[in-house]
Amino acid sequence: MNIHEYQAKELFEKFGVPSPKGQVASNAEEAKQIATEMGADQVVVKAQVHAGGRGKGTFKNGFQGGVHLVKSADEAGEIAGKMIGETLVTHQTGEEGKLVSKIMIAEAVDIEKEYYLAILMDRDSRSPVIVASTEGGVNIEDVAEQTPDKIFHEAIHPLAGLQPYEVRKLASRLGFEGDSAKQFAKLLKALFRLFMECDCSMVEINPLVTTPDGQVLALDAKFDFDDNALYRHPDIEELHDPSEEDPREVAAAEFDLNYIGLDGNIACLVNGAGLAMATMDIIKHYGGEPANFLDVGGGATQEQVQNAFKIILGDPNVKAILVNIFGGIMDCDVIAKGIVAACGEVNVNVPLIVRLEGNNVAAGKETLANSGVDIIRGDDLADAAEKAVKAIAA
Amino acid sequence: MAILVDENTKVLIQGITGSFGGRHAKLSVDYGTKVVAGVTPGKGGKEFEDTGVPIFDTVDEAVEQTGATVSAIFVPPPFAGDAILEAVDAGVELVVAITEGIPVQDMMRVRSAMEGSGTRLIGPNCPGIVTPGRGENSQGGCRIGIAPGYIHKRGSVGVVSRSGTLTYEAVWQVSEIGLGQSTCVGIGGDPINGTSHTDVLKLFNDDPETESIIMIGEIGGSAEEEAAAWAAENCDKPIAAFIAGATAPPGRRMGHAGAIVSGGKGTAAAKKEALRDAGIEVAETPAEMGAALLKAIG
Repeated sequence: MNIHEYQAKELFEKFGVPSPKGQVASNAEEAKQIATEMGADQVVVKAQVHAGGRGKGTFKNGFQGGVHLVKSADEAGEIAGKMIGETLVTHQTGEEGKLVSKIMIAEAVDIEKEYYLAILMDRDSRSPVIVASTEGGVNIEDVAEQTPDKIFHEAIHPLAGLQPYEVRKLASRLGFEGDSAKQFAKLLKALFRLFMECDCSMVEINPLVTTPDGQVLALDAKFDFDDNALYRHPDIEELHDPSEEDPREVAAAEFDLNYIGLDGNIACLVNGAGLAMATMDIIKHYGGEPANFLDVGGGATQEQVQNAFKIILGDPNVKAILVNIFGGIMDCDVIAKGIVAACGEVNVNVPLIVRLEGNNVAAGKETLANSGVDIIRGDDLADAAEKAVKAIAA
Repeated sequence: MAILVDENTKVLIQGITGSFGGRHAKLSVDYGTKVVAGVTPGKGGKEFEDTGVPIFDTVDEAVEQTGATVSAIFVPPPFAGDAILEAVDAGVELVVAITEGIPVQDMMRVRSAMEGSGTRLIGPNCPGIVTPGRGENSQGGCRIGIAPGYIHKRGSVGVVSRSGTLTYEAVWQVSEIGLGQSTCVGIGGDPINGTSHTDVLKLFNDDPETESIIMIGEIGGSAEEEAAAWAAENCDKPIAAFIAGATAPPGRRMGHAGAIVSGGKGTAAAKKEALRDAGIEVAETPAEMGAALLKAIG
């Protein structure tokens, strides 16, 4: 789960990670008022969407840039007015862009030097790893490729936690001295505590900056939380903004379906994540393009199949549906009856290819054959995928 | 032979009174698995659904009284980490964690706390482990977890996989071509798990009954690459492999918490290349896993 920048700032404040002052506004009037209260010579107006590249983005109304430095409260209000309610397109949003419903007014900061600082849960070392670099404010993947010696990694012991020497080591490598080293230490300790206590899978500050007056500040923040741990963080779960997600994915989640929309036209409905991925792969292998990833779980009940059909058919690109079920414990006949009943409830107006295998499969196939529903039978996985691709070509 | 478990293995089930755990405990008993105990705190002294399987309050007690050497975890995610460590503390040889949705930090601590213990962990978020029996529909074997027992057939192929239903697909194909399986191990789809592909390859390599191996991987991480590197140097048995997720877009998590391509790492293409470089026969589609195995055997 991701959160907005203004929400990240609130978490920073709670845990004592120093960052410039900032407040969120939902309209131009609020924006102006916040800027007035801040009383600074300059403030930054930042569009709040879950996407990078905001500064270089373009609004669909033609307005340039989702991040602006302004010199007065009036100007802050004016710029906010041009952003709120408009759709911002950046290199990360795709063509459809993201609707901006909030902006953040942040204190403008004089930057002396920019750094990169992140903590992530590393699967290889099975521990949190701190990643830091003297090259901040740029794409870290580029730094990793061009100057990997400028990136430092520190794996933190899962049970011992962050040790003072690890902080000193990183501070020294980044070139922090004297008071700035102390400030960096304070920030890193607070950030690590936040990472652990909130069950983050990643927190990334890019850039981390030093200012001419000696402060060390987190200028931006990107969070990702472990979805499995959200049950113990209701306050963080509340920060979830469904408007930032594909509405089909949101709808699917309500029915315990794991759906991810893609660009193709052959929809798949599969039980199990691995088999669902493999089904997408075999569609592609036979020259088709999958419209989605959809895992209905190990079971696949009639209600789930029904809702899955509804979500799939909500995508206008879908020209065929491939159902691939390996009925392990589930009786294939029960699944077949579920598919037939779902077809009765939902008007499936594209070719439907069904491949069933597993427990009591003969009865399941008979149920499908006798149902009167127009179903193309796939004899095996390859046959089903081939038929799905052909059904579209026809 | 076989690996990890066989028809004589005594199994206990933590979370046996839950609906999911109970249902699969029953299926394991029906399959012929020696389920000797269940554990649910507060329900000790009862019997599990007229099967004669006693329920205990603690794993310690269950192990002491029944001699169970393997524990299957069906405990809900918030309590699963504790349940795994309880089994480790009781000294079982193997813990098979079926539970899906355990927080990554919990697994990180569990793995760290287990270091130096004599217990092996398989999973979490896995279908479990099956050593097929020799009876009709492979009855009489050891089934721990949630895999359908009847699709198996006792034979010579070792199966190791990160996924559930895709494993069943492979098992089915191996049964269809008549070879059957020595043991099937689902290692789970989470980013932090107990046993890797490489660990299982080592066990299969040392098992006289296993003559060939099917390895199923997914996008994300580098476990398959590591297994390929190990196999190239050390494995003297033919291996066929399939990697799911060639069409998955980067940055999107495909169902399993571990199945994600990020920062250009963990792509299906890179994994397939590493496998091929190691002399492993890679199936291009999931429908060809059995065929790829026959080709690997030659």
